[in-house]
Formats: sequence, C-alpha cells, structure tokens
Amino acid sequence: MASVVPVKEKKLMDVKLGELPSWILMRDFTPKGIAGAFQRGYYRYYNKYVNVKRGGVAGISMVLAAYVLFNYCRCYKELKHERLRKYH
Amino acid sequence: MNENLFTSFITPTMVGIPIVPLIIMFPSILFPSPSRLVDNRLVSIQQWLVRLTSKQMLSIHSHKGQTWALMLMSLILFIGSTNLLGLLPHSFTPTTQLSMNLGMAIPLWAGTVATGFRYKTKASLAHFLPQGTPFPLIPMLVIIETISLFIQPVALAVRLTANITAGHLLIHLIGGATLTLTSISTITAFITFTVLVLLTILEFAVALIQAYVFTLLVSLYLHDNT
Repeated sequence: MASVVPVKEKKLMDVKLGELPSWILMRDFTPKGIAGAFQRGYYRYYNKYVNVKRGGVAGISMVLAAYVLFNYCRCYKELKHERLRKYH
Repeated sequence: MNENLFTSFITPTMVGIPIVPLIIMFPSILFPSPSRLVDNRLVSIQQWLVRLTSKQMLSIHSHKGQTWALMLMSLILFIGSTNLLGLLPHSFTPTTQLSMNLGMAIPLWAGTVATGFRYKTKASLAHFLPQGTPFPLIPMLVIIETISLFIQPVALAVRLTANITAGHLLIHLIGGATLTLTSISTITAFITFTVLVLLTILEFAVALIQAYVFTLLVSLYLHDNT
C-alpha cells in the first residue's frame, strides 16, 4: 500500500484512498496557507470563466447562484416552517 | 406572519458566528481589478460605467473637490452593488441596517463640513445666513440653518435605510399575498402577481437611484464647502 513517491507532493487525484488522511493532514492550515488556498481558488475560477476573450453572463451568474444557495442554507431554519404542509 | 416578515433583517449568524463582514465584503469579488489595457468583458463594462458616472458627477467640482473622486466613486459602487445584491432571494442587505448607513453618512458629512471650516472659514460660516434676510429675523434663521445642517447626515442615513427596508418589506408582503390568493381566486392572484413584477422593477430602479442620491448629496455638501 505504501507508494514510491512520498505522499506530500502528489495531487489529489493521484493520492490513494488509504493515504487520504495523511494527505489531508499535511496540507498547510496556517492563515497564510488558507489565504493562499482561497486566492488560488479565486484565480482558478476567474481565469476559467471570466477572464476569457468572449465571456458571457455565465461567469458572474454562477457566482450569484452560489450566493443565493448560501443564503438559503443560512435561513433554512426559519424557512422550513413556511412550507405548504399540513403538519410542520 | 409578524415574526417571519422581519427575520430577513436580523444580523445573519451561522453556527453562532456573525458572518456580516463576509456579506459586506462579498460585492468586492464582483469587481475585478483591471490589469491590462483591454480586459475581459466584465471589467470593460465596469470601466465604462465608472468613467460615465465619474465624468458626470465630478464635473461640478473645483480642483479641491475632485480629490474626493475615489471616495465618491467607491461609495456609489458599494451602495449600488449592495442594494442590487439584496434583491436576490433570501439574501441579506447590509444597507437596511441604520447602524451601517449612519457609519457611512456621518463621517462623510463631517469630512465635508470640516474641509469647509478649515479652508474657507468665513464662507462656510456664511452659509448659516441666506442673503437678503431682514434684520430682525437673523437670530431665528441662524438657528434654523444650524438645525438643517446637523440634520443632513441623519437624513442621508435614514433615507437610504427607509427606502431599501420599505421596498424589501413590500416585496415580502405582496409575494406572500400572491401565494395565499392562488388557492382563493386565481384572477386576483394574477393581478397581485403583476403588481409584484412592477414592484420588482421599481426596486431595481430604487436600488440604483438611492446609491446615486446618497453620493450626489455628499458631493453637493462637498461643493458647498470647497
């Protein structure tokens, strides 16, 4: 089960299932590391959907849809009482 | 029904942590900073809008007033984008909170007044007495002008809060009415739905107009004092 290449340098798709906990634990959880992860994620999305030659409305509307979903999850507790059911 | 109507205005918390700063900072993601001469479409559209608005808004100011350009443009962008994002379903609008609007209005207004007092003391004090008033009326008029000066920041903040809150409340109420009316009488529900559509269009306009009015008034106070 142990692999030749050390677990540290592998990408997520190459990590075997048994090595997953050690891979997760070796990630950089310092504030700088977390900020770096957010920055990488932001630029990945931006360069794929917005910063293109002929971008459309999809790039920004996906962000807005995710925002709506986030707010829905946030208020689900109050919203579940407003469903059209006989017994709440 | 009473409690449901106002729950969308309480400070949003998730697992006990208030996430208001995250929601306030969210609109900044939608304005990417331009890095090239000719950027992607989103940035180009935003640049065009900012140039259009800034030319129109800063044309009346002197050189000293135009140093406020960055402040005024970020103000109108922030208020406009926050109001428009509040029209999405289930979202929280920070500008419905009086605390935030007072926090925006009072420092900006105080900045304009302090600028006026510092650089043109006589002229800004002269604002307290309109030209050509009869002599006996002067004390009363000075008092009235002072009151109207000090009410400016409160009016700025309350205007924005009340407009946005009232719009959201109306949408909630009419939407709820439409839903209940569908089971009672379909035609009345259809009429109410048309009212809802018109109201939503109005709310889009109000969102933008309120941002414009806020910024315009701040720039007006600035013009008086530079």
